[in-house]
Amino acid sequence: MTSGIEGAHQVREYLTIYFNGEAYRVPKGLTIMKALEYAGFRFTRGAGCRGGFCGACPVVYRLPGDYKIRVGLACQTAVVDGMYISLVPYVPLVEYVPKRGELRPDPGYVLKLYPEISRCVSCNACSKACPQGLSPMDAIQAILRGDLKKAAELTFDCISCGLCSLRCPAEIRHPPVFRLVGRVVGLYYTPRSKSLEERVREIESGKYGKVFEKLLSTPTSEVRRVYEEFLKTGRLPQSLEVG
Amino acid sequence: MSGYPPELRKAIEVVEETRRERLRAPPPRRLTLDERESIVRAWHPDYKPELKRALGVGPCKGMVMYSTIADLLESWPLVRPGEVDLDHVDYDVDVLIVGSGGAGLAAAWWAVEEGVDPTGILIATKLRLGDSNTVKYQSGTQAATGPDDSPVIHYLDTLAGAHFTNNPRLVRVLAEEAPLVIKWLEGLGVRWSRVGEDLERLSGGGASRPRLHCCGDYTGLEVMRVLKDEVRALGIPVLEFHSAIELLTDPETGAVSGAVLLNLDTGEYRVVRSKVTVLATGGIGRLHIAGFPTTNHYGATGDGLVLAYRVGAGLVDLDTLQYHPTGVAWPEAILGELIPEKTRSIGGQLVNTKGQRFVYELEPRDVVASAIIRECTEGRGIITPTGTCGVWLDTPVIDMLKGSGTIRRELPALYRMFLRHGIDITVEPILTYPTLHYQNGGVLIDEWTHVLRPSGEPLGGLLAAGEVTGGIHGKNRLVGNSTADIFVFGRRAGIEVSRLVKRLPKPRVSLKHLESFTEELKLLGVPESRRAPILLPDYRGEAVLRRVIKL
Ligand SMILES: Cc1cc2nc3c(=O)[nH]c(=O)nc-3n(C[C@H](O)[C@H](O)[C@H](O)COP(=O)(O)OP(=O)(O)OC[C@H]3O[C@@H](n4cnc5c(N)ncnc54)[C@H](O)[C@@H]3O)c2cc1C
Repeated sequence: MTSGIEGAHQVREYLTIYFNGEAYRVPKGLTIMKALEYAGFRFTRGAGCRGGFCGACPVVYRLPGDYKIRVGLACQTAVVDGMYISLVPYVPLVEYVPKRGELRPDPGYVLKLYPEISRCVSCNACSKACPQGLSPMDAIQAILRGDLKKAAELTFDCISCGLCSLRCPAEIRHPPVFRLVGRVVGLYYTPRSKSLEERVREIESGKYGKVFEKLLSTPTSEVRRVYEEFLKTGRLPQSLEVG
Repeated sequence: MSGYPPELRKAIEVVEETRRERLRAPPPRRLTLDERESIVRAWHPDYKPELKRALGVGPCKGMVMYSTIADLLESWPLVRPGEVDLDHVDYDVDVLIVGSGGAGLAAAWWAVEEGVDPTGILIATKLRLGDSNTVKYQSGTQAATGPDDSPVIHYLDTLAGAHFTNNPRLVRVLAEEAPLVIKWLEGLGVRWSRVGEDLERLSGGGASRPRLHCCGDYTGLEVMRVLKDEVRALGIPVLEFHSAIELLTDPETGAVSGAVLLNLDTGEYRVVRSKVTVLATGGIGRLHIAGFPTTNHYGATGDGLVLAYRVGAGLVDLDTLQYHPTGVAWPEAILGELIPEKTRSIGGQLVNTKGQRFVYELEPRDVVASAIIRECTEGRGIITPTGTCGVWLDTPVIDMLKGSGTIRRELPALYRMFLRHGIDITVEPILTYPTLHYQNGGVLIDEWTHVLRPSGEPLGGLLAAGEVTGGIHGKNRLVGNSTADIFVFGRRAGIEVSRLVKRLPKPRVSLKHLESFTEELKLLGVPESRRAPILLPDYRGEAVLRRVIKL
């Protein structure tokens, strides 16, 4: 009894969706991406991780009886009867990628590369568009206040789909701005782990080498026994302890 | 309002009624190694002989593996000798890196770090830069960085998790160098989750010490954000939407000397000549082996296995696959997507129709998956409206155990994914069933990532790192070990590249290796319509496929 693959199950109900103006009958309960595939489309662009992590599949849609344009991810949004769909596989945002060593831990640096962020009018259209439920507006405001850490925290879950930028009246390029802020904060505002440093030093000094050599020449049955013992006592035998 | 239909709402009542009791009771007992083995033998798909067969062609002829993989390897190439103009080389480079997940990008970064000229590198990747399994990873990366832990314990856990089927030499490299790559990534600004100033370390199935390093619920997203940025900043050329469809070989030595790429937008081919090629093409989930849904990204079609095998690579452990114990079983829209192991490591409980826990949730993955399959097969699972089966993963207990707000803080991606379908996992449990997750085995490599012939002799010109390779995880991988693998061995591939490019002359390119291979296919009577690599799965509905005319 296995869970079968996409679309292979008993279909109970169908509904109609409109893609680029054309009507298609598709099973109820699918995502926009799976529904379009069911209808006969094969994607090269506009599909990536298919799990809501990569931002490759922004979609613009409208529901019946409603004039509002809504946005989402094609791999995460379930189809609704009468839905009108258009895909946005690519948002052509100009990005500046600083060369190595060029990054500066300074809000002014972000502002210099992306001056348009100062034009933010706090309309919050970006937040309404965000399929992750983030608030890009608050992040932009944090940058303008000079609080890069806050901005990085608010946008940690950003998947760079670009929908916010499509909605922004100030033409802010949010995804590259947030990536830049994330890098700056990761490089300059994040503590380094002491225990990690210590472990790396041990490894580089060859501390574990002898024990590994010994283990590699021990028969599997014996290694297995050692491990069973270890699970019981929580301790390795003395012969395997490192100095 | 609940996103569950009434029949599932009804079934949830048992979970709710038993919740308090389960909170008080001790967890199910951990199994002994013998017990682990017997449950796996009884229920795991890896032990179903009807899913396997012996491979009929090539250097590993006779090796038993999943039939779907054997079919893939016994496929006709997309190009034949003479069909492409090899006199015209489009990209003449030192290093070709195929794939831009964690392994590929680590290799690229380290090659430059070790002195390779970035403009002499070419990264060719199927979809966009970074579209991969790596971007999806959540639970974290294993590395023995804690004071109570040691690479030796990591080594032993890894061997035991795979029932001692791995190559111990590769495991040693994995365990000993995993802390180094955590440090490397920290140095690049990857924001590993922290407790105070120190790294946070989470428990994972089969690991006897907490050693999972994550970046909130978006670990892969954060690591790839940094690595993509680094690769661009270093000025390494990238070809997106270009898939490798065949490797090229030196007609005399048989060493790999480049690849034929296919531009997925225009359908044109491109010829790459390279001194060294690094295969970092990842896994195989989109083949939906044994009918399972998958957690994998859209391009995970096992291309690297096909490419490497045709030039003579050895293969290992392709008779096993990892079915992640907790895939989404409902709603249908997100069927097969991952419910990360963290959901269990922070307290989520697996519960059957009777409201009972039936396995210690942090056993190795094959054990937990087997237990879930057992519950469903023996009638203690929940049948969904589309006829599939699953068990409950009780998530509301997490907030009861760890304080309200824990789920939203620790599992924001999962919370969002279900909320989009009307299910609030802080209030209602999740329906789960195993999903095809990871290719345990793969291409045979040595400690410096040289691809080996079955004899153990290096092929020459070809390195491989990441999920495409085998040996490190034996017949079962532990959580967090794959990403330790891709960064450790990706790094080693990059370092090895820097040694090789200095030594190797410009090679000659040919498709000569296909001559004997296609001869074998003909002898075996493989239909010419079976071609590989597949590149992307075909999900068009049956009604459409019945009427499609292939141009
Ligand atoms: C949802 C999910 C969650 C996971 N969670 C964890 C976890 O918490 N911890 C852990 O350790 N592991 C986890 N794993 C496993 C781990 O993420 C992967 O095994 C690992 O990221 C693989 O890295 P890779 O670089 O080898 O392959 P990938 O990251 O998959 O990259 C492969 C690359 O090769 C490209 N490619 C493929 N074929 C071709 C071709 N023919 N030509 C050109 N390019 C090609 C792809 O497009 C892609 O860019 C998870 C996996 C998934 C799917």
